[in-house]
Amino acid sequence: MGNVLGNIFGSSPIEPLEKHVDLAYQATKVLNTFFDAVVKNNWEEATSAHQKIIEYEQNADELKKEIRLHLPRNLFMPVPREDVLELLLVQDRMANRARDVAGLVLGRSMAMPEPIAEEFLEFVRRNVDAAKQARKSVRELDELFTSGFRGAEVTLVERLIEELDKIESDSDSLEVNLRASLFAIEEKIDPVSVIFLYRIIELTGEIADMAERVGRRLEILYSH
Amino acid sequence: MEEQFIYIGLAAAFGIFMAWGIGANDVANAMATSVGSKALTIRQAICVAAVFEFLGAVLAGGGVTSTIRKGIVDADLLADSPELLIYGMLAALLAAGTWLLLASRKGWPVSTTHSIVGAIIGFAAVGIGVEAVQWSQVTTIVASWVVSPLIAGFFAYLIYMSVQYLILQHDDPLAQARRYVPFYMFLAAFLITLVTILKGLKHVGFDFSVQESYGLAAIIGAIIAVVGGAAIKRIKSDPQAEKKQHFHTVERVFAILMVVTACAMAFAHGSNDVANAIGPLAAVVSVAQSGSVAASSPLPLWVLILGGVGIVIGLATFGVRVIATVGKKITHLTPSRGFAAELAAATTIVVASGTGIPVSTTQTLVGAVLGVGMARGIVAIDLGVVTRIFISWVVTIPAGAVLAIVFFFIFKLVLP
Repeated sequence: MGNVLGNIFGSSPIEPLEKHVDLAYQATKVLNTFFDAVVKNNWEEATSAHQKIIEYEQNADELKKEIRLHLPRNLFMPVPREDVLELLLVQDRMANRARDVAGLVLGRSMAMPEPIAEEFLEFVRRNVDAAKQARKSVRELDELFTSGFRGAEVTLVERLIEELDKIESDSDSLEVNLRASLFAIEEKIDPVSVIFLYRIIELTGEIADMAERVGRRLEILYSH
Repeated sequence: MEEQFIYIGLAAAFGIFMAWGIGANDVANAMATSVGSKALTIRQAICVAAVFEFLGAVLAGGGVTSTIRKGIVDADLLADSPELLIYGMLAALLAAGTWLLLASRKGWPVSTTHSIVGAIIGFAAVGIGVEAVQWSQVTTIVASWVVSPLIAGFFAYLIYMSVQYLILQHDDPLAQARRYVPFYMFLAAFLITLVTILKGLKHVGFDFSVQESYGLAAIIGAIIAVVGGAAIKRIKSDPQAEKKQHFHTVERVFAILMVVTACAMAFAHGSNDVANAIGPLAAVVSVAQSGSVAASSPLPLWVLILGGVGIVIGLATFGVRVIATVGKKITHLTPSRGFAAELAAATTIVVASGTGIPVSTTQTLVGAVLGVGMARGIVAIDLGVVTRIFISWVVTIPAGAVLAIVFFFIFKLVLP
């Protein structure tokens, strides 16, 4: 009867996925503000930035749970449900890394050594760029679905992902240079801090890695 | 002589109640697709539905009506007691109406067609005798309930694949849409008109030769395509909305196409489902007037009109709200997919109407939607709900039958 047709449509994960990647990107984006404050030794501002990151990350987490809840097994979708969930997972990890980095730095009140500060800030920015490009790619999801994962739209997304890969490899080479710069000055810094600085660099670099994996997951989605 | 007025009066009352129920509830499935995709506003949908349901009922509703009226029960066995057919048909109407009322209260997805066919089989098999049911005809009908969603699904799959290939996968989908959408309009109008002329109109007294039919259908199709094409030309793209969704304007072009397929869907629904209400009524009228079951009097036009009017009243009183509710739930079905589902379902249903087979509009439409889904057109379909819909008709047939048997014996006791 009347409600039959209304009920056969499951709730679409597309819009929530696009919203989720936006939240994840917003979380990483605050890292720019956070590290600007850290470099200036402005711990008050750093704390409030950290708070914001946590907020975005938690919102993303909740949205992630909600999307999973609304993707029951008996849903018939043009792409495998597992691939959608996998995409969601890597999107979520971008936000997680941002939270981990900020938490670690704030927890140890880690000062950024003056000689590598500029380089480090640039490295963070490049990672945030990667997250932004991942968001841009995921935002094409609904067009991908509309065009049935074929034709001109796929070419467009392929280009976006190529760009994403370029940003990621950029961030990789920045990471290599940054480690070298840190190595050059590490004797002047207390050893424990050095260890944690390497750890921070590694964690930050993972944001771009995760962004790149978002691109990979998208490719898997449309190449079915 | 007194009695025949009572019979006709009762049958007309039950029939119009049934038609009202169809209009209040069933039409929503046919129209909500267009409302949900914003191709039509609710007000427009009601107008389209009213006009085309009525046209479908009156112009092409004769075939199925005659099946319901005399195709299921073997009336020859009742030559000595024609009143049994009257009781039976009254009981069937009341049973189907009651069951539908109950089902829609409970939110069960049941089909009008299945309840009335189940009810007629019920009273005939138990009230008169198993041999009174024309089982070969019943087998054809039940088989069509399996086949019609499959055919509609297959059509919808092909149509949507062609849409993807011709339009959605191109660099400039908007230009492609402007070029090809008028052809789909032609196809929709041509097919519906052709089947109606070839199969339906003879019940209303028109008779065209085959060539004339094809010619007329082509002319009507061409007119629709030209008018629709002009409307498409007037659509301007909105760069702001386009930035957020590249297919925004393309979908607006499809929305115009969907106005055409919505008309087709309403027409198809009217042509098939009106019979559920007035088929039994027609049987009662014929027997009551002639006093015998054998007379093959033609279907009186006023009966068809009564059915059409009943549907429109149901639509205006309750249908509005149901359409709005369902429409809100199916926003995922954008015009490019919605039209494919509607065109496939409408064509299948009109062919069934022309052949005189009562099919379930809703199930045919669900089949078509699944077909679009198979072509990777729909983001998520809840297979649990789909299964429940297809199970529900198995339940509906015995339920309608049992109720009809009960009412039949009550009428046998109470009525003169």
